Amino acid sequence: MKCSDFLKELTDYLDDTMDPKTRAELEEHLQWCHNCYVVCNTTKSTIEIYRDSTLYELPDELRGKLQTAIISKCKSHKNGVKSTHPSTKAKHST
Amino acid sequence: MDAIENKVAEPPSEESLLVEAARAGDIAAFESLVRRYDRNVFRIAQHITQNREDAEDVVQDAFLKAYQNLGQFQGQSKFYTWLVRIAVNEALMRLRRRRPERIVSIDEDVKTEEDSMPREIADWSPNPEQLYTQSELKEILGKTIQGLPPGFRTVFVLRDVEGLSTEETAAALDLSVPAVKSRLLRARLQLRERLNKYFKRRDGDARP
Repeated sequence: MKCSDFLKELTDYLDDTMDPKTRAELEEHLQWCHNCYVVCNTTKSTIEIYRDSTLYELPDELRGKLQTAIISKCKSHKNGVKSTHPSTKAKHST
Repeated sequence: MDAIENKVAEPPSEESLLVEAARAGDIAAFESLVRRYDRNVFRIAQHITQNREDAEDVVQDAFLKAYQNLGQFQGQSKFYTWLVRIAVNEALMRLRRRRPERIVSIDEDVKTEEDSMPREIADWSPNPEQLYTQSELKEILGKTIQGLPPGFRTVFVLRDVEGLSTEETAAALDLSVPAVKSRLLRARLQLRERLNKYFKRRDGDARP
């Protein structure tokens, strides 16, 4: 197996969505190819670091405002009022 | 013993009961759905638009659109996947408005395979989280993902951050499964390459 072949299979390998035979071939490659071993590990870390990060968390205060605005718009819609009334738009946070 | 072929129908999930109630006009049920998914929609929207105000608007507009179109929701997919699809479209629309000079499309696939080939092979320090404070780390991660084409970062955020399956991601983005896999691989490799400059082990770092 060449490194480029390993790379093509990397996503399925990391997601564990491959047949056992291909998986065994990839693991055999990883045993002697240090570069692919490092790329594999650091790609795995990339996924984990984004998954575990709190990037773009919705702050509680803004969350409350948005929920109120959404429900108010839905009620207007239900009652047949035009839904884009400016008073129902949550003001942007600063 | 033979397998039982006629499986007993599973009871409706709590979510499908909420969707049914909301469809019948129960606003409180819809509010529960909003509370369940608003954080996810906000995160997805901000990843795509890279703009806080746009993300706030996307959250409001996506939920309102979902409410208005509940009658068209077939129930074959999960409500969340259907909602994500609406939110992604709203987010891309706003991104296009902000960047009219660029064609922003989920199909954007301008880079070649070579762009994702690893150029720098370096092990990372045992724990990148220990190198930076939480806020520094957030800045690095935000800046790094911002540099990816919108189509790539959308697939990455749905699949790897929000944990949708490949099939759900394909359904939400109206892409084929191979197209999702190809974008996901390239997004992961490009992010890895870009993060290298912050996380790679430097000379003098303690060995594990």
